[in-house]
Amino acid sequence: MKRIGVFVCHCGINIASTVDVQKVAEEVGKMPGVVFATDYIYMCSDPGQALVREKIREENLDAVIVAACSPNLHESTFRTAAGEAGLNPWQLEIANIREQCSWVHSDREKATEKAIRIVKAMVEKTRLNESLDPISVPITRKALVIGGGIAGIQAALDIADAGYEVILVEKEPSIGGHMAQLSETFPTLDCSQCILTPKMVAVGKHGNIELMTYSTVEEISGYVGNFTVKIRRKAAYVDWSICTGCGQCTEVCPAKVPSSFDRNFSTHGAVYVPFPQAVPNKPVIDREHCIHFKTGKCGLCEKTCEIGAIRFDQEDQVFRREVGAVVVAAGYDTLPLSELKEYGAGRVPDVIDGLAFERLLSASGPTNGEIRRPSDGKVPKEVVFVQCAGSRDPERHKPYCSKICCMYTTKHALLYRHRVHDGQPYIFYIDIRTGGKGYEEFYHRAEEDEGIIYLRGKVAKIFRDGAETVVWGTDTLTGKNVEIRADLVVLATAVIPRKSTARLVRKLHIQAGPNGFLAEAHPKLRPVESINSGFYLAGAAQGPKDIPESVAQAGGAACKVISLFSRNRLEQDPAVAWVDEDLCGGCRICISVCPYDARKFDEEKGIAVVNEALCEGCGSCVAACACGATQQKNLTDVQIKNMITASLGGK
Amino acid sequence: MSKTSLPPPENLPMRLTRDTVSEGFKKRVAELSGQNPDSCYQCGNCSSGCPLACEMNILPSRMMRLVQLGQEETVLESGTIWICASCFQCTVRCPRGIDIQSVMDALRQIALDLGTDHFGPDQVTPEQAATVPQPGLVSLYRKLST
Repeated sequence: MKRIGVFVCHCGINIASTVDVQKVAEEVGKMPGVVFATDYIYMCSDPGQALVREKIREENLDAVIVAACSPNLHESTFRTAAGEAGLNPWQLEIANIREQCSWVHSDREKATEKAIRIVKAMVEKTRLNESLDPISVPITRKALVIGGGIAGIQAALDIADAGYEVILVEKEPSIGGHMAQLSETFPTLDCSQCILTPKMVAVGKHGNIELMTYSTVEEISGYVGNFTVKIRRKAAYVDWSICTGCGQCTEVCPAKVPSSFDRNFSTHGAVYVPFPQAVPNKPVIDREHCIHFKTGKCGLCEKTCEIGAIRFDQEDQVFRREVGAVVVAAGYDTLPLSELKEYGAGRVPDVIDGLAFERLLSASGPTNGEIRRPSDGKVPKEVVFVQCAGSRDPERHKPYCSKICCMYTTKHALLYRHRVHDGQPYIFYIDIRTGGKGYEEFYHRAEEDEGIIYLRGKVAKIFRDGAETVVWGTDTLTGKNVEIRADLVVLATAVIPRKSTARLVRKLHIQAGPNGFLAEAHPKLRPVESINSGFYLAGAAQGPKDIPESVAQAGGAACKVISLFSRNRLEQDPAVAWVDEDLCGGCRICISVCPYDARKFDEEKGIAVVNEALCEGCGSCVAACACGATQQKNLTDVQIKNMITASLGGK
Repeated sequence: MSKTSLPPPENLPMRLTRDTVSEGFKKRVAELSGQNPDSCYQCGNCSSGCPLACEMNILPSRMMRLVQLGQEETVLESGTIWICASCFQCTVRCPRGIDIQSVMDALRQIALDLGTDHFGPDQVTPEQAATVPQPGLVSLYRKLST
């Protein structure tokens, strides 16, 4: 029989105030095989860990139970300590008597009885634990970064600068993302493109970065350290390997296509470069709008291109790449105006969104930075900004705060005031949130020195009255309703995940939260990692974020990748699924339930096998297996039955 | 049966234009007081510390707000400016350093310029005339009449 030691933690008063820890140690100490049982005030402290090590040696323990907090917190702490004392780490188990007992009960007597049963159940489990060795897997030191906005750019540069190869995949023809569309950035009013384009150029030139624009990730398989990705590059109908980027084709193209980069305020040809600073600065042909593709005629671009780079016969290409880690920086979108019925659903002229106003402000935008309203090109003198347009509205739109709007709307109003000196900006808000360095000061400057009128209240309705756009709102600070006849209305529409993010989540087998943003492994302590090993998150795809936060998170994600790549091999938890080959009937139910593609059918043997490197030990296949052939290591059916018996007070 | 008619609307929406929120009345208040009304961020500290707030129909912080939006009529019709004791509690408490008492002074000045006295000999009872110290009566005349 195994010699078992039990250590019961007080966790200060967290456990000891509700559970009689001495009694727990005493009762469990009476179990057969339990040769040592004690309680201690802080097991996770250095002396606490030293006690575990000391008793393993002194009492010659074969297994150890630490009755304390959740294994999420300190399982690895104590397993490391056990390993140091010569005990196989998988012979140590945590009995959770804090989260699952002391914190949720108040009756001391009953809580103590429950704690005793929890620990006893764990003793029964541990009796049958096998000694395991971590699974060691090789690692491909190459990263995939999905998304070429500022977050993806930063992550790619940081990983590449550390000496590792990076593949940066962007679905648009150029990297740059939304940041390339912005005019100035809050609160310093740096020109957005001026600070972004050097980074874009650095990506284009970096020897360690393979830039794949106009491309999407089709499929990914494998596991941390060893992924295989399929990347589809859309046909650009231009041979980029010989194109010099002279731009002559874009000048002769007679088609007129609304520019999504300019929020439809301008047009470009069917063959186009999305904006002058694009990286790579090579055109693509929009097949849908190209006259040649529609009628078989035209071909002006082909005739103009002296080096013959136009290739109407080009096809999509699919590339396979091996990578060890993936950074997901898929970016964000904004709620379409059509969703906001109360604000005219995009049908009232001169009601635009924040990104559109950025293009009006931008020196390289459709109006060269002059503020002219879209309907008639007039300079607007009364401009109303509406915050929380679709945010903080759980009944009709999005329940969350979009976070960036308070600051960018203040910036919009301030820049408008600088361009139109006799113009009056009004900002309707619910709360002003300025939690960032220099943000509060920026807001006060706008309010105090720039004559921007802040009105505390949500706008109820925006409608057309003859030739005028009327805004109905309120100012709760005076207790009066407000009516403004506006020349231009700018809606700070809610930040939402891109439509493609949901597809990406399915392809990558990662998780998204209830609002569609990517889910992090822990909201506080693991904010740049996905729950799935090898996937890291950066930028607004994880939640609304401004530029400094996106850059910081991207740097954090890059560091995680670099730290992963700094190891020779990866070690994984060996407590995974295991198949009794004699019992397996080859029904393949396990393959259909496995969320990690870890179960495969072995045609030769006629059974379903486990890829240990892929298996996360979730237990789905164990539960599904009809004949009990699949067992989880150290959590076999027999162990579970024994635990249940102990939990019910048996034995 | 007599027809009952609705009372005239009392709470019409404010029609805000760039003139109301930046020119005219608001500019005049800023000039007379030497204070920037837009500095106020509506924390309410002036109102919560005002010893006469219980007597006012519009609290000092809301007076500041109405000035920010150029709501001349509402401000001048309010009894607040005449109830204000000029005790400077609001001024010393303001986290934005606004001399709110000077704003109140400016508002009284504008109201008095329109030609209405808010204090006169007929409002002093013989008893008060006999008991209130003369400097007190003089300062009341100076503060509340033209």
